[in-house]
Amino acid sequence: MASHYEAPIRRPLVIGDKGYHDVTVDIAAPVEGRANKQWWIVFTIALVAFLWGVGCIIYTISTGIGTWGLNKTVNWAWDITNFVWWVGIGHAGTLISAVLLLFRQKWRMAINRSAEAMTIFSVIQAGLFPIIHMGRPWLAYWVLPIPNQFGSLWVNFNSPLLWDVFAISTYLSVSLVFWWTGLLPDFAMIRDRAVKPFQKKIYSLLSFGWSGRAKDWQRFEEVSLVLAGLATPLVLSVHTIVSFDFATSVIPGWHTTIFPPYFVAGAVFSGFAMVNTLLIIMRKVCRLEAYITVQHIELMNIVIMITGSIVGCAYITELFMAWYSGVEYEQYAFLNRATGPYWWAYWAMMTCNVFSPQFMWFKKLRTSIMFSFFISIVVNIGMWFERFVIIVTSLHRDYLPSSWTMFSPTFVDIGIFIGTLGFFFVLFLLYARTFPVIAQAEVKTILKSSGERYKKLREAGKPLYEITKTANIKESVVEEKSLPAEEQESQVSTLLDSIGAFDANTETPDDLKKVKGIGPQMEKTLNQIGIFTFAQVGRMTEKEYNLLDSITESFPGRAQRDDWAGQARSLNNNK
Amino acid sequence: MASKVIHAYYNDDDVLMHAVKKIKEAKHHIEEVYCPFPVHGLDKAMGLAPTRIAITSFMYGCLGLAVSIVMMDYIMIDDWPQDIGGKPSFSYIENMPAFVPIMFELTVFFAAHLMVITFYLRSRLWPFKEAENPDVRTTDDHFVMEIEIHDNENELRNLLLDTGAVEISIADKNGH
Repeated sequence: MASHYEAPIRRPLVIGDKGYHDVTVDIAAPVEGRANKQWWIVFTIALVAFLWGVGCIIYTISTGIGTWGLNKTVNWAWDITNFVWWVGIGHAGTLISAVLLLFRQKWRMAINRSAEAMTIFSVIQAGLFPIIHMGRPWLAYWVLPIPNQFGSLWVNFNSPLLWDVFAISTYLSVSLVFWWTGLLPDFAMIRDRAVKPFQKKIYSLLSFGWSGRAKDWQRFEEVSLVLAGLATPLVLSVHTIVSFDFATSVIPGWHTTIFPPYFVAGAVFSGFAMVNTLLIIMRKVCRLEAYITVQHIELMNIVIMITGSIVGCAYITELFMAWYSGVEYEQYAFLNRATGPYWWAYWAMMTCNVFSPQFMWFKKLRTSIMFSFFISIVVNIGMWFERFVIIVTSLHRDYLPSSWTMFSPTFVDIGIFIGTLGFFFVLFLLYARTFPVIAQAEVKTILKSSGERYKKLREAGKPLYEITKTANIKESVVEEKSLPAEEQESQVSTLLDSIGAFDANTETPDDLKKVKGIGPQMEKTLNQIGIFTFAQVGRMTEKEYNLLDSITESFPGRAQRDDWAGQARSLNNNK
Repeated sequence: MASKVIHAYYNDDDVLMHAVKKIKEAKHHIEEVYCPFPVHGLDKAMGLAPTRIAITSFMYGCLGLAVSIVMMDYIMIDDWPQDIGGKPSFSYIENMPAFVPIMFELTVFFAAHLMVITFYLRSRLWPFKEAENPDVRTTDDHFVMEIEIHDNENELRNLLLDTGAVEISIADKNGH
């Protein structure tokens, strides 16, 4: 028997009086509801930014890379900065879903779905930059080792840029199947709740016919564990290989062995900041405060603080190694970073990445939602500057002082970056409306150990479940449920007196299934009692709910929780 | 072949686990249990064999490693050996350090994707596949235990009632 015990000192991860069905209702709500005005406003802004980016990409490809601000000294700037920034952001998703799974951290379950979505969407943005930079993106397949007619012209497997191709595509595709496999049971949940045939069809297609057999779940858990085991070294390898793009070169400031761990820590740091940015908004908009709690935000802030401190150590180690190496070029590269013409970028990086996360030592600050959001934005900016500092300030003053120069981006550089931000948010906003944004099947597994309802039951010394021996027996699935018993008839008439009886001659019955929480079974029961319209349901209050519960004897308290009356009133108004 | 099965509905994973143990004690074969989320220990209690999918993943990973070694040996050493940065490509083993990243990535690529494909095929999951759960509530908060009936309907029903099922129904089942 699985034990649901958890030390009482641990705070609940699911707040409120939530049972299994409540989890389903809460997580299906954003998908089943309609988008509000704010969503459309933000979506429109993101779409416009995306389209501007598309315009700039088309201009770049049709005219040439000369439209960017690159020059013969700084020949690599915003494109690679943005690439590394986006790949770095992608790291948090796999870290949360894979590394925290291996460490059995239950709090990952509320945030892993969205973090993985963020990973996939940001790696897509990252992948755009090398492809655009190729100049002729329709020949992008040349990076693959494909037999060809140009003599035996193969790709160079000694090059870290080619390692990147393999690392990023493996990472993107493995993250995608990891994400999708986890989504199958949750898509199935939405499929089985869908009322409209079109939605049912779409979610049937997406759920791959998931049926939830015991054997399926056994394999599912094993597959998740093995994928986590594979994704953990994979996520470390990706940013390691990205850092090789610089570390294997002989440019002062790049040629350093500290890059792989330093880049990985920075990637986790920026990824968690982006997760915080997105989830602080999403928990509010999708009303998921009971699942993505302040405790979750606090834990992410602690990760940000630790990885930020690791990054800070790496910055200082870099400076020390430059001095200790005795190589004057190396020493000058770092002196120039801190005191040269790009000093502002260097100190922006230092302030945002090393100084600002230190506020998280204070419990008051790391549990403040507004402050966490602010710091997450600051960290995102700081990490962009980190890549800019490493790339541009190492290049702009090379070995030949006569070629020293500065870099200034053109509107195309800026436009493509803004465009990827727009594209990212377009994808994420569409995701938030159509996907189950929390891994509800996984959350249900921890509900009894970490849900507030069950924690309270345990504290009160009450059992978490009871074996009741009053089952509804049905001869076949099609047969009607038995009508309410004789003694309940008086209750039924009291109920109908207060909410009004249904007159079949003048009124038409409504589809009560539109009310969240009323399924086909419950609708049938309600019809048997004599409840057919939204107007009737809308008149229900506490007293009527209790009467209904005692008549149906199923799901006590569900009507209050789902607020059937409120839902029915708004459905009745929109009829 | 069409056969009659009894479906017992439960609304709690602990009650379900007790029920599974009781049914197994009474020496009945549990055809299937449909769950909305993984119930730990259920597979053992039902008597399901452990899954071997992790072993397949290991084998796929070995295959990926072999593919990457053969591919890079052919491309970099055999087909067109080059002298890149003063490091001539005459021997696989001497040039191997530069190939480690690709060897690692392809190992992971094969192990992950082929394992997931195996899982999808073995569990019959693919686009346009029809779901086979007997009740829509099994993806929400209900667990359905399916037991085949061999002229013992009443006995089974009483046993299931005793285990705390919230609903019991009889259905026809067609094997796929």
